[in-house]
Amino acid sequence: MSLLELKDVHTYYGAVHALRGVSLKVEEGEIVTLIGSNGAGKTTTLRTISGLERARSGSITLNGKSIEHTAPHEIVRLGVGHSPEGRRVFTRMSVRENLEMGAFLRKPGAEVQADFKKVFDLFPRLKEREFQAAGTMSGGEQQMLAIGRALMGQPKVLLLDEPSMGLAPILVEQIFDIIKEINSRGTAVLLVEQNAMMALGIANRGYILQIGEVTLEDDCKKLANNPKVKEAYLGV
Amino acid sequence: MAAATGAVRTERVRSQLFLPAAITGFLALMLGILGFDQFLNAMTLGAIYALIALGYTMVYGIIELINFAHGDVFMVATFVSIGVSTTILGQSGAITDIPTLVVSLVLLFLITIVVMALVGALIERLAYKPLRQAPKLAPLITAIGVSFILQNIIQFFVGPYITNVPQLFPTQWVFTLGESRVPFLNLFVIGSAITLMLVLQLFIARTKTGRAMRTTAMDRDASSLMGVDINRTIMITFLIGSGLAGAAGVIHGLYYGNTTFTLGFQSGLKAFTAAVLGGIGNTAGAALGGFLIAFIEVAAAAFGFGRWGSAIVFSLLVIILVFRPTGLLGSHTGDRA
Ligand SMILES: Nc1ncnc2c1ncn2[C@@H]1O[C@H](COP(=O)(O)OP(=O)(O)O)[C@@H](O)[C@H]1O
Ligand SMILES: [Mg+2]
Repeated sequence: MSLLELKDVHTYYGAVHALRGVSLKVEEGEIVTLIGSNGAGKTTTLRTISGLERARSGSITLNGKSIEHTAPHEIVRLGVGHSPEGRRVFTRMSVRENLEMGAFLRKPGAEVQADFKKVFDLFPRLKEREFQAAGTMSGGEQQMLAIGRALMGQPKVLLLDEPSMGLAPILVEQIFDIIKEINSRGTAVLLVEQNAMMALGIANRGYILQIGEVTLEDDCKKLANNPKVKEAYLGV
Repeated sequence: MAAATGAVRTERVRSQLFLPAAITGFLALMLGILGFDQFLNAMTLGAIYALIALGYTMVYGIIELINFAHGDVFMVATFVSIGVSTTILGQSGAITDIPTLVVSLVLLFLITIVVMALVGALIERLAYKPLRQAPKLAPLITAIGVSFILQNIIQFFVGPYITNVPQLFPTQWVFTLGESRVPFLNLFVIGSAITLMLVLQLFIARTKTGRAMRTTAMDRDASSLMGVDINRTIMITFLIGSGLAGAAGVIHGLYYGNTTFTLGFQSGLKAFTAAVLGGIGNTAGAALGGFLIAFIEVAAAAFGFGRWGSAIVFSLLVIILVFRPTGLLGSHTGDRA
């Protein structure tokens, strides 16, 4: 039984058929990447997992329990953390308040305090800016906050939607190192990226998404050497 | 670095001091111009507008709906308060026995607030929730429909007349301050309204539900990714907004001693204007806007332009919105609450 599994998921925006039968799995302890060009349906896939969009057909299971009709806040409770596209931090709240929102469903106490410390260890920049309004931070800092905020919910699986978007190369490397670190502490990661080179570098397995369909899935090493992938996504 | 932080801090202190200073200055100016009696009158009227404006602004902040029925919820509250006073409390006039008065007022507020909160939540459930995914115009039209329905219900059961409301709080209780006679009723009205507003601010700032309301207003999707139950949060917003309209209805009845089924239209429009003036979505702004509009009306009347009161209020609204499209305290949209 996989930690997270999508089977033949179809999602629509009105008449737009955005996901045309997506199937994928994330196992305990894995980093899985979902790669595809703009408009392929990567964000829609993550939003459908989180319940922000509804699958019209197909199944989504978390530890074998079906969640395709579960309310988004319940899906969070079941262990899905989601750092959305565009970061979506609460701009007028401080860094600390944003992180507190990440722990919204948890009882305040020593365990949550320990997680604050863990997040600040991962992202020392956030500690420096603890009481600053999130909206006044740089894009990279906001990205760190979005990831940290998702971690505060103690997710079993973390969905990351283009964490490298709009960041300077040096920051991108830093963020990817942190993703590896988060994973090594036991959280499975489903990483959506346009930056295929970097994503294939840290993930165990990968899926290629084209116009709402998974057209290829494999070990990342094999994907990175696949001529088609090289041509389409690695700019080789 | 340290200097820069210092500069930021002074800037923040300055902006935090600006508002209280501006308000104090404005009030002193008004007291000087209007004299004590009219000043008190404006404060009382402002308290009522402010309480209603809060409901408009909270609902707009969270679902971007101009809830046209909100003024009518206030109107219905005045009639519910009549029912509570006469039927449940068995009182039809001033109560001069202080313990009885206190108990009666507490019950009157409590029951009316709870009833109106439930009415508001019911309206949300039946009329707005099914339209959550529909284009913005649909719930707006529905709100206008609900407004007419509430007016017609009252017209049907009570009639189209001006109806007396039992003034439980003795209107003749006054004390003298210098040359002015100050009715305790005015102080009671202003005091209870301000207390409710402070409790609301604390609730929004400090409680978990208040936080959920703020984040839902800022970014609904992100909020639900934190585990916030959006439907529940919207429902609670309606409960609170309508409860405050309930309190405003009680206060209106106690102060003016009468009501009619069209009351919600007039007061609702003014309160809505107050919400826009203060920066729609911003609760402190709504309170501020409520008082501001009351002062303008009272000042207009004091200078013999009473009939022009509404025209002056709306001209000012236009002028303020031209220079500050987001209202007095509003920031850019998308960042409300
Ligand atoms: N809110 C929306 N309404 C209508 N169509 C949408 C909406 N969001 C995305 N789409 C469409 O769905 C498809 C997939 O989009 P998306 O999941 O955002 O792709 P990606 O994240 O891979 O760039 C695109 O064709 C896009 O235009
Ligand atoms: Mg996307």
